[in-house]
Amino acid sequence: MTTTRLPWKVAVQVILLANAVLVLAPMALMGLSAFKSTREIFQNPFGIPTVWRFENFARVWVEARFALYFRNSVVVTLASIVVILVFGAMAGYALGRFRFSGNDLLYLYFLSGLMLPIRLGIIPLFILMRNLNLLDTHWALILTYAASGLPSAVFILTGFFRALPTDLDSAARIDGAGEWLIFRRVMLPLVRPALVIAAIYNLIPIWNDFFFPLVFIQSDRLKTLPLGMTTFFGQYYTDWALLFAGLTLAAVPVILLYVMLSQHFIRGLTAGAVKG
Amino acid sequence: MTPPALTPRSVARLRPSRLSVRAGRRLWLLIFLGPATALFAAFVTYPILSALAFSFYRWEGIGRRGFAGLHNFVRLFATYPYSQLLGNAFWHNVLVFIVTMLVQNGIALALALLLARGAWGTKVYRVIFFLPVTLSLIIVGFLWALFLNPIFGIVNKLLTSAGLAFLARPWLGDSQTALLTLTLINAWRWIGFPTIVFLAGINAVPDEYLEAARLDGAGEWQVTRHVIFPLLAPAVTIIVLLTFIGSFNWFELPYVVQGVSGGPNRSTDVLSLLFYRMAFGEVDTGLQDIGIGSAIAVLMFILLVAVSAIGAVLLRRREVELA
Repeated sequence: MTTTRLPWKVAVQVILLANAVLVLAPMALMGLSAFKSTREIFQNPFGIPTVWRFENFARVWVEARFALYFRNSVVVTLASIVVILVFGAMAGYALGRFRFSGNDLLYLYFLSGLMLPIRLGIIPLFILMRNLNLLDTHWALILTYAASGLPSAVFILTGFFRALPTDLDSAARIDGAGEWLIFRRVMLPLVRPALVIAAIYNLIPIWNDFFFPLVFIQSDRLKTLPLGMTTFFGQYYTDWALLFAGLTLAAVPVILLYVMLSQHFIRGLTAGAVKG
Repeated sequence: MTPPALTPRSVARLRPSRLSVRAGRRLWLLIFLGPATALFAAFVTYPILSALAFSFYRWEGIGRRGFAGLHNFVRLFATYPYSQLLGNAFWHNVLVFIVTMLVQNGIALALALLLARGAWGTKVYRVIFFLPVTLSLIIVGFLWALFLNPIFGIVNKLLTSAGLAFLARPWLGDSQTALLTLTLINAWRWIGFPTIVFLAGINAVPDEYLEAARLDGAGEWQVTRHVIFPLLAPAVTIIVLLTFIGSFNWFELPYVVQGVSGGPNRSTDVLSLLFYRMAFGEVDTGLQDIGIGSAIAVLMFILLVAVSAIGAVLLRRREVELA
């Protein structure tokens, strides 16, 4: 589609630019406000800060316990992703490379998890976690995230394993390699792109999740960032400088990661909705 | 039995005794599949199936009592205050779905069509538009709550300084505007997603089709209307489906911005909030009713699975038509 006249091109640019401003301006305003005093935010919301108050961030980090919430979010997210990738890759390998009775059925069983809204099972899940003595621990979150993230990982990885040439593992078997060695050293390195997609597909929803911490976590010292932020907003609701600093601090890591890996993010998060 | 052909695989299998190989294979399958299956069964399948069963029992607090048949459903549909709460919340989910379809997905389609024309900076725009999708809804909700603060927020300040002071209002505090405002905040966060999906769909249209249509004298609009739109059907189906699922699972945004009761005056109450209050207790009234909560879960479950199944069938049929 290249046969466009100049006025058209200008009009298109105006619309696209307007939308880009609509997306970026609120974030820029958030970042600028984070450096102001509350009084300055109220009196001069759109200007550049007269003094750049880095201490807002220091207060959020220490006083409002963001350091703690961050650490909790990192621990829970990483642990969940590791479990999803390890167990997902193992299951995907077996489903994609081995013929056995029940293969298709098991694959469909995992696939059903892509459609089932796990949140609707929160009451039995809550009771289960209570009976396992896991309420108010990170384990409740990790187990829930890992289990509900498995279907996507199994789906993505089974497809990739299936697509690898059949002689690969046969050749390794002839060389006398054990099953685990074939999986770990021969097959797994070949599906690295699928591991990246499965990781990103699950990473952002887990990092951002609010629902399960809300239900499972009581102690402030165990709260993840999204839940910790609601505590923070309740405590500091009049201190807008601190609120904006908190929002900025919470947003920056994800934005940085996104800027570095935007193509992976777009592909990973739209996986399933966009082919290829 | 005929002896197996001497393929490399069968030679490899013959090396140790065949029986031990088969047993070994079983063991390996168990090792590879066991952990994922067990985890998924214990923490996804079991809770969801139990949730369905829970709706047929009588509950006292968190304790399960006797079998109750359809009693919870009867109470949910036919008794005060449950039927009113259910109708109110359900209607709000429907409104969120409709407005999101029209505003968010409508604009997204327009943006995708513009981006597909190979405008200058398309790659950068793509990345910018998708950025808010990665932000947590908690951040997005709190940020806009500050911007929309009736006294100190920038939205009303901007309206006032633009001479539109009569439009300034407590957007989130007025039950007339709260749900619409919340839906638009949600659209601000999500719009990049349908844009990318539509864009991928448009880019997948073979160039020959477009050139052929143009050679036949079709104008830009006619090409869009008669060539691109029909081929975009799978992408549209996916977006309608995901929008439906998203609208009926709406929880975070109303929860953090308007509170667990969907204020003001239940004007932003939705099914997930109602479900959550019934399951874990309402703050203001202390009302907790796991029977009712489980019945709501079953309703939502049926709704989501039915629509997903219809969507999947439509999708497959449309893909077959294209092939």
